Amino acid sequence: MKRRSLAVPYVFWMAGFIVAPIALIVVYAFTAKSGGFTMANFSAMGKYFSVFSRSFALALIATVVCLAMGYPAAGMLARVPARRQRILMMLLMLPMWMNFLLRTYAWMSILEETGLLNRLLGVFGISPVHLINTQAAVVIGMVYNFLPFMILPVYSVIVKIDRSLIEAAQDLGGSPRAVFLRVTLPLSLPGVLSGITMVFVPAVSTFVISQLLGGGKDILLGDLIEMQFLGQAYNPNLGSAIALVMMVVVMIFMFFMNKFGEGEDKAVIM
Amino acid sequence: MSGKKNTGGRLYTYLIMLFLYAPILVLIVFSFNGINSRTVWQGFTLKWYGELFADRGILSSFYTTISVSVLSAAIATVAGTLTSVGLFNMRRRWRAPLLYINNIPLINADIITGVAMCLLFVSLGSVLKFRLGFGTLLIAHITFNIPYVVLSVMPKLRQLDENLVDAAQDLGCTWFRAFRRVIIPEILPGVVNGAMIAFTMSIDDFVISYFTAGSGVMTLSMKVFSMTRKRVSPKINALSSLMFAAVLLMLLAINIREIRQERVAKNKARPLSGIPARSGRGAK
Repeated sequence: MKRRSLAVPYVFWMAGFIVAPIALIVVYAFTAKSGGFTMANFSAMGKYFSVFSRSFALALIATVVCLAMGYPAAGMLARVPARRQRILMMLLMLPMWMNFLLRTYAWMSILEETGLLNRLLGVFGISPVHLINTQAAVVIGMVYNFLPFMILPVYSVIVKIDRSLIEAAQDLGGSPRAVFLRVTLPLSLPGVLSGITMVFVPAVSTFVISQLLGGGKDILLGDLIEMQFLGQAYNPNLGSAIALVMMVVVMIFMFFMNKFGEGEDKAVIM
Repeated sequence: MSGKKNTGGRLYTYLIMLFLYAPILVLIVFSFNGINSRTVWQGFTLKWYGELFADRGILSSFYTTISVSVLSAAIATVAGTLTSVGLFNMRRRWRAPLLYINNIPLINADIITGVAMCLLFVSLGSVLKFRLGFGTLLIAHITFNIPYVVLSVMPKLRQLDENLVDAAQDLGCTWFRAFRRVIIPEILPGVVNGAMIAFTMSIDDFVISYFTAGSGVMTLSMKVFSMTRKRVSPKINALSSLMFAAVLLMLLAINIREIRQERVAKNKARPLSGIPARSGRGAK
C-alpha cells in the first residue's frame, strides 16, 4: 500500500496553518509597531514580571493539587471491577462535554459572597468565607476544569500495569509503602508526566478562569496576551512577544519533564 | 482490612464526583428558578426554557457551534484518515518530523494557537480583502482537529496486517478498493474515536474560536463569555441543562451499544476457543 501522496495536502495545510502562524508570532515579536526590527517588545516585558510569576505560581499550585487529588482517584478507578470502571469513566468524561464556560460560570454562583457555599456554611453557623475574586477562587477553577486531564492519563497507565509485578513485590515481603514507591509509582510515571503537562499548560495560559473567578484584578499571562490582541491595550507586537516567551518557557519546562521521565515510555498525550 | 480500605476509596470517589458535578447540578437546579437569580431560590418555573427558544442570539450562537463542530469534525476525520495512511507509508525520516509538526497544536496552549491564527488571518485578510468570520473559524477548528484524528488512526494502522492489503491487491483489487474494503474496516475504531474526540474538542473550544471568529460570528462559548461580563440570563442555564441531558443520553446509548457488541463478540468468539485470546482482560 504505497500511497504517500495522500499526506501531501496536509503537509501544505500544516505549513499554512500551523507553521506560518507561529512564524508570524516570532516575526511580530521582533517588530516595532511602526515596522522594523526591534527588541523593545522584550525589554518592555520587565514590568510584567509579577504577572509571569503569578501565572506560573498559580498554575503550579493547581497542578500539584490536581496531582494530589487525581492520582489516588486514578488508582482507585483502576482497581474497581471492569463494568463499574466503564461507568465511572463515563461519569468522569461527562462534565468535559459540558461547555467549559458554563461550568466555570457555575462556580461564580457557588463562590459568591452570598453564594451557595456561604449559604451552606451559614446553615452550620460558620462565618462566610471570602473566595470570589481571589487567587484561591482562580486555583479552584483551574483544579475543577483540569482535574480530569490528570486522572485520565494516570488511570490509563495504572490500569495497564501488570498485576503480577505488584504481587511479586508483595510476595517478596514489600510493605504496601515500598510496593507503591518502588513498583506502582515508577511504572505510572509516564501517565503522571503527561497529566502534569496537560494540567499545567492550560492553567498557565488561561484568561477565562481569571476573568470569571478572579474578577480581573490580579491578571494572568492569558489576560495580558488577550488584552494585546482583542482588548483595549491593542498591541499585537507586545502580545506576540509575551506569547513567544510563554511558549519558550513552557517548552523548556516540558523538555525537563521529559528528561525526568527518560527511560520510561514517552508521555502519552491522550 | 481490605473492606475498610474499599469504603474509604469509595467515599473518595464519591467526593471527587461531587466536586465534578456540583456546578452542573447548580446550573440545572437554577434553570427552574422562579426569579432571575443564580443564588436565591424562588419557586419552580419552566419559563426560561420558553424564553430560550425565543432568544435569537443564543439560538444562532448554538447553531454556529453545532455547525462548526459537525463540519470541522467531518472534514478533519476524512482528511486526517487519508493523511494518516499517507504518513504511515512514508519513510521514518520524513514521517517523524511531520508527526512532530502535527502535534504542535496539541502541545501548544490554546491561546498561542488562537493568537497565532488570529495574526495569520488578519494579515492575510488585509492583503486578500476578507474579514474574520465563519470561514476562518472553520479553518481554525479543522486545523486543531486533524491532529487528534491522526493521533487516533495511526496506532490502528500500525496494528494492521499489511499482508491483508497485498493479498487484496494480488487478488485483483484496485488500491482504492482495497482501501475501502480492507483498510477502512480494520482502522474504523480509530477513525470513529478520532471523529468523537474532534467533535468534542470543537464543541468545547472557546479560546481558539474567540481569536479566530472575528466580531460578526459567535459560538455558544463566546456568547456565554460576553454575557458573563454583564449578566448571565437563566436562559443559559436552561440551555446547559438541555445540553447536559443530550450528552448524557448519547453517552448512555454509546455505552449500551458497546456492551451489547461485546456480548455478541463474546458469543461469536466462543466456537473459536482454540485461538488464545489476545487480551487477558475479560477472561477470568
